[in-house]
Amino acid sequence: MKQSEIAQLLDEPACEHNHKSKSGCARPKPGAAAGGCCFDGAQIALLPIADVAHIVHGSIACAGSAWDNRGSRSSGAKLYKLGLTTDLTEQDVIMGRGEKRLFHSIKQAIDEQNPEAVFVYNTCVPALVGDDISAVCKAAQQRWGVPVVPVDAAGFYGTKNLGNRIAGETMVRHVIGTREPDPVPAHLEREGIPVHDIALIGEYNIAGELWHVQPLFDELGLRILGSLSGDARFREVQTMHRSEVNMMVCSKAMINVARKLKEGFGTPWFEGSFYGIRDMGIALRDFARLIDDPSLTERTEALIKREEASVYARLAPFKERLKGKRVLLYTGGVKAWSIISALQDLGMDVVATSTRKSTEQDKAKIRELMGDKTVMLDESQGARALIDMVNDTNTDILIAGGRNMYTALKARIPFLHINQERELAYAGYEGMITFAEQILQAVESPIWQAVRAPAPWQKSLNVAAAE
Amino acid sequence: MADIIKRNKALSVSPLKASSSLGAALAFLGIRDSIAMLHGAQGCTAYGKIYLIGHFREPVALQTTAMDQVSTIMGSDENVVEGLKTLYDKFQPALVGIPTTGLSETQGADVNGAVATFRKAHPECFKTAVVPVETPDYVGSLEAGFAKAVYEMINRLVPEAKKKGGVATNRQVNILVNASLTPADIDEIKDMVEAFGLLPIVLPDLSTSLDGHLDEKDFNPLTTGGTCVGDFEILHKASATIVIGASMAPAADLLLERTGVPDHRFDHLMGLEAMDRFILTLHDLTGRPVPKRIERHRQQLQDAMLDTHFNLGMGRAAVAADPDLLKAFSDLLAGMGCELVAAVAPSNSALLKQVFAKEVKIGDLQELEKFAEAGGADLLIGNAHCAASAERLGLPLLRAGFPQYDRMGASSRCWVGYKGSKQTLFDLANLLIETEQGAVEPYRSIYAQVQDREGESHGPDQPHAHFGGWHH
Repeated sequence: MKQSEIAQLLDEPACEHNHKSKSGCARPKPGAAAGGCCFDGAQIALLPIADVAHIVHGSIACAGSAWDNRGSRSSGAKLYKLGLTTDLTEQDVIMGRGEKRLFHSIKQAIDEQNPEAVFVYNTCVPALVGDDISAVCKAAQQRWGVPVVPVDAAGFYGTKNLGNRIAGETMVRHVIGTREPDPVPAHLEREGIPVHDIALIGEYNIAGELWHVQPLFDELGLRILGSLSGDARFREVQTMHRSEVNMMVCSKAMINVARKLKEGFGTPWFEGSFYGIRDMGIALRDFARLIDDPSLTERTEALIKREEASVYARLAPFKERLKGKRVLLYTGGVKAWSIISALQDLGMDVVATSTRKSTEQDKAKIRELMGDKTVMLDESQGARALIDMVNDTNTDILIAGGRNMYTALKARIPFLHINQERELAYAGYEGMITFAEQILQAVESPIWQAVRAPAPWQKSLNVAAAE
Repeated sequence: MADIIKRNKALSVSPLKASSSLGAALAFLGIRDSIAMLHGAQGCTAYGKIYLIGHFREPVALQTTAMDQVSTIMGSDENVVEGLKTLYDKFQPALVGIPTTGLSETQGADVNGAVATFRKAHPECFKTAVVPVETPDYVGSLEAGFAKAVYEMINRLVPEAKKKGGVATNRQVNILVNASLTPADIDEIKDMVEAFGLLPIVLPDLSTSLDGHLDEKDFNPLTTGGTCVGDFEILHKASATIVIGASMAPAADLLLERTGVPDHRFDHLMGLEAMDRFILTLHDLTGRPVPKRIERHRQQLQDAMLDTHFNLGMGRAAVAADPDLLKAFSDLLAGMGCELVAAVAPSNSALLKQVFAKEVKIGDLQELEKFAEAGGADLLIGNAHCAASAERLGLPLLRAGFPQYDRMGASSRCWVGYKGSKQTLFDLANLLIETEQGAVEPYRSIYAQVQDREGESHGPDQPHAHFGGWHH
């Protein structure tokens, strides 16, 4: 990818951070960097498209450490779970055989796996030695008649966030708009429920959480044309340009997609979340508002009323026990404000939150929710500082990403895993119950007493020493 | 406190219970150079022997008095005398155990009388100890029969001590173990006790008889290891007795009465709390510091508790086991916040009231299935018979208890101690991970343009046409 193209991607007018320096949203600091690379960002953004053969063109470390490691689930096709890589050897690099190997790899993937499309991810080594993956993809597509899409996001191009954007840009440039949506089948036309087309951007169906939300969309007659990229299929992503409203589910990751679809097709978009009762309602209302169909608005309100009554009743016993419990929120990818509102729905007290990956707008929302007692952890805190913070604030539970899980456990701190590798679904009304169950289970587990108390003989030794 | 629900139906379906005669036979297998001769029909021995062989994967010394129509009607004393004489002539065993069966008890056999007759008729056999034990299979289950056999061994073989109270300065400790402990469990217990500089005598010691080792001798008609019969005579010299399992209480009471050696009783040795109490006892007994290795194992268990609590904390277990083992699992699971939604024991015991469950059912595996289903269990713990239940319920099974004839290594599985508890937690958590506990059911939108389903995914066997519309 050319330097000018990268610069263009970094200049994201829809992003709150855009006025700042353009060296990548935040230049990674050698020796104190956390998080993945550009390739990582591109791959996780697109990997959930389930019927695509995702080929990583590079030496083994890129695919070898990354395949089959994400919690995104599919309701059918499983091809995305297959690790495919050109696994470049020293000879490939020295003799310049990378392109040839890639060409044959694409053929093999098409022959063996019968994919809807092939995505080829560039990585550092072939990018450095100058493999022209775009040309290879074009040739392969012409030769075998299957869409072959180059995703040029080698690790050194920049941050994981840039990788997300490159992924989005690639979809806008190569996939979205290459097919018109299928007509809605006659048997799905229901009296009084006109079907409206929508699309989700930045939703990854982690642990299948989209499936908590999807039935509600079906009930309302909202057809998800395509999603980037949870439980998506290639043919669906192709039609996303015909969406009436796009929802940005993860604030920063693919904001460029929403902006470009608005520029190109006039599709309005909004930013929202499926976490928490309040935000779930807001998201549904935002669809109704932007689609501007009075019948939809009416049905949406009825649905929200029904679901909220049910979920509040089911949450009551949890709220009773969670009320006033103190949470320290230290999330990476998932929006802090969205989780804060969910925690507040449970009557819990959020003592502090990290905002490392939040936009200016996110921070404003957090201030709005938490009021004057807002404690924001702006810098990337080290593990020590995090543990101290937990102790200082008398926190009952730490909610954070998997990276911090074992740090918390070693410090005997109750912990809830919230990021993309988690195994449980927290989205939607149903997910809220799971969320509450998990927090309660973590906080009330009998193990804390067992792991915090000294061994009984140590007590007796201390007493003996004191005497 | 759990409610005990007693048997309230006529037919036992998929029984959980193994007989008390079998339990007694198992106890005798832990005595060196011994053999048990079940006083009953040949089948009483043959069936039990198959289970024991299948579970331990070892040849098992077990004989029968082979009661037939005539001896059943006319009296079976002669069978006992003849059987004892035959065993003596062939093998000169150090000990012969005679567990009775439903048949001989119902008949009203006087085994003690028969043994007296044998002694009188064959004084040359004086070196062979004979221990009859009343274990009709209509009373109790494997655990109770095992405990009763140990009681009778103490009764027959432990003399009344002249000076009671043990010898506090001696390094010898007696350890009474219950039926739920595997040879590997007993090994682990001995290791821990020895780490404090103590010399354990285990009653009965399956760890040196049924531990599955390849002996130099090519054939052994008797047990090849276990507690020496002579050791019973020196139990009064111990500084302490350790008792593991509530079912061993009567045997422990008798031993205390005979020897006066102070005892320390434990329901089980599973989980941090029980183990801490055990190690503290050893520490207090010896005044020695807890060995670094044991403290390390304790820390490892704590870490395992942290690692597995996410899965086990939301777990809902169903356990079918003899009372002592059921109580052990109940404590281990409760310590992790794992709910015991179904608890079934084959026979009653006072201990069952202390199981952490709403109710404990005295019953069979049909009832286990019923309770597990009603309680929304996501995991079963029980013997090999539970495999069919697990399959019907679609749940994973952790095999524990007796028998486990459909897997290898039951005897080398260690459940107790910090290490054994750690492994159990990992195994339970792994079973839950494999079932994708808490996973959301896949849902495909009714409007989805691509309606693929599980199993119809793209692959080499499902060629499909590419739809038009692709342009570049």
